[in-house]
Amino acid sequence: MDESLTGYLEIEHTADWALTVWAPDLTGLLEQAARGMDTLSGVVLKSAPRVTRELSITGYDPEHLLVKFLTDILFIGEEEGLGFDTFELSIQDLHLQAQISGAPIASQQKEIKAVTYHDLRIESNPRGLETTIVFDV
Amino acid sequence: MITKKDLRKINEYEWEIPKSYRGDMLVPVRVFVSNDLLDTVLRDKSLEQAVNAATLPGLVGHVTVMPDMHQGYGFPIGGVAATRYPDGVISPGAIGYDINCGVRLLASKIPYDSAEEYLDQLASTLNAYCPSGVGGKGSVPLSEKDLDNVCLEGSRWALRKGFATEMDLRHTEEGGRLDGADPSFVSKRAKDRGRPQLGTLGAGNHFIEVDIVDRIFDEEAAQVMGLEEGNLVLQIHCGSRGFGHQICTDYVDDFQKAIHKYGIKLPDRELVCAPMNSPEGQAYMAAMHCAANYAFANRQILADHARRAFEDTLKGKVQNWHLHQVYDIAHNMGKIETHMIDGQPVKVCVHRKGATRAFGPGSPELPGEYQKIGQPVLVPGSMGTASWVLVGTEGSMAQSFGSTCHGAGRMMSRSKAKKEVRGDKLRNQLEKAGIRVRAGSMAGLAEEAPIAYKDVDAVVETVAGAKIARKVARLVPVAVIKG
Repeated sequence: MDESLTGYLEIEHTADWALTVWAPDLTGLLEQAARGMDTLSGVVLKSAPRVTRELSITGYDPEHLLVKFLTDILFIGEEEGLGFDTFELSIQDLHLQAQISGAPIASQQKEIKAVTYHDLRIESNPRGLETTIVFDV
Repeated sequence: MITKKDLRKINEYEWEIPKSYRGDMLVPVRVFVSNDLLDTVLRDKSLEQAVNAATLPGLVGHVTVMPDMHQGYGFPIGGVAATRYPDGVISPGAIGYDINCGVRLLASKIPYDSAEEYLDQLASTLNAYCPSGVGGKGSVPLSEKDLDNVCLEGSRWALRKGFATEMDLRHTEEGGRLDGADPSFVSKRAKDRGRPQLGTLGAGNHFIEVDIVDRIFDEEAAQVMGLEEGNLVLQIHCGSRGFGHQICTDYVDDFQKAIHKYGIKLPDRELVCAPMNSPEGQAYMAAMHCAANYAFANRQILADHARRAFEDTLKGKVQNWHLHQVYDIAHNMGKIETHMIDGQPVKVCVHRKGATRAFGPGSPELPGEYQKIGQPVLVPGSMGTASWVLVGTEGSMAQSFGSTCHGAGRMMSRSKAKKEVRGDKLRNQLEKAGIRVRAGSMAGLAEEAPIAYKDVDAVVETVAGAKIARKVARLVPVAVIKG
């Protein structure tokens, strides 16, 4: 495991893709998960034009918030052909306010079709928060 | 991890994890697997996921897993679970994101030898006519009203628009249309994803493949299906695209709350469910049927495009270039069916995720010509290996809720396959073996390398040995189109 405070790592899954993500807090975890998801897909962004989207999401619990956030990013990617590399996130009482910036997708190797709840648990450890997300591909 | 010691051997092809294995199991797990395949199965979490599935409220009989099983998310791929109708639950995760992912087989009277010199061109034409790949857009863009009609009519919509024949619909599970679809239960987001994608193959493990009928095992059944040794056939494997994925995503999200409302406790949140007779359960059923009908129409339109590719490539060069439909079956679906349980007919919802309906001879749901032989079952192998045509049996009706296997089944992760196989090298190997390859992505091709899958022949030997299907024909590929 990477010893830095934030990061993500692809882990083995027979049929689909799985990603372990860690960060000091929930906003960091959401950001790393979004970055990791794009890395798995092999998303490459164009240099311009830069675009920004606002997301406002309420979750029942942190896991629900994480899945909804990533699902929204997948949807924008498919519908508008946009990917994101800059994240300004704030969370209060399981309400996420996000300003995400990026650019049109230049190329993408593989498509992630859905974010699943399979064995999804955000757990605390001495470094902060950690979880493993399984994606349907 | 479950080990061999936790399984009770019933016979050479059948094992059981008893209900006593874990306190929250409501029914046992019946495992159809040979001794050889069992070692592979025990390496991943498929059996743990089957045990988790055995906790779904309202289950009857047993949860069944097929020899092509592998770890999925929530419910194992290759799993079958029947819940009592209408008070048992329906679980979107036990049906899968790609609702009504399935396979269609079209047969021809074209001998391989007469078409061999045109197969390169045929592969390129199929690739050009059948849109595929990441975010692929279709040749049949839909208005909002059109999409609603596809949801309601399925393949019948395709027939009205000139993409199908009556015989195609006759040779499609449920005639290519499920009752009870209601587009008002489908989100705007799902509709936005669905409108541009009808008539597309997508990416991942979906494909179009031209095969030769390599060997016939059941002359009578093959004759009824129009399969002749040495002739070309065509397989189409795909589903409901982003439309079905979004519907599953929406209802897995909704049901996170529903399980608390109905006091349902589950070992995995991906198994979330709601009673079929609840408002939430009814809403999902109506939406899921929309996705199922969309998938039937999708494969129908791809079949039309494939027929045009055959015509444009082979007309005037071979005697009869036409393709007739053998059958179209779903392998990710929830269906309301009646099965005999403890000697009594019981109405149930059969969840099949990576498992194929395999109704036996005499089933009233089958067209007359198939009632004598049983329902055709289509089992695609991994890329570059054999595929199989089987039929359902009395055994599948008695032992597995009229279900059997759906493919070879993965045994190696996508990341490991990419590390071990280079897409361009694999393409060259396949081409040398006489298999023309058209692929949108070399990385995607590497992930689907044959070494990532079990031996489909061993899987088929197991279901045949367990008598939950009977062998009809073996197919071998000569051209593969992948997204």
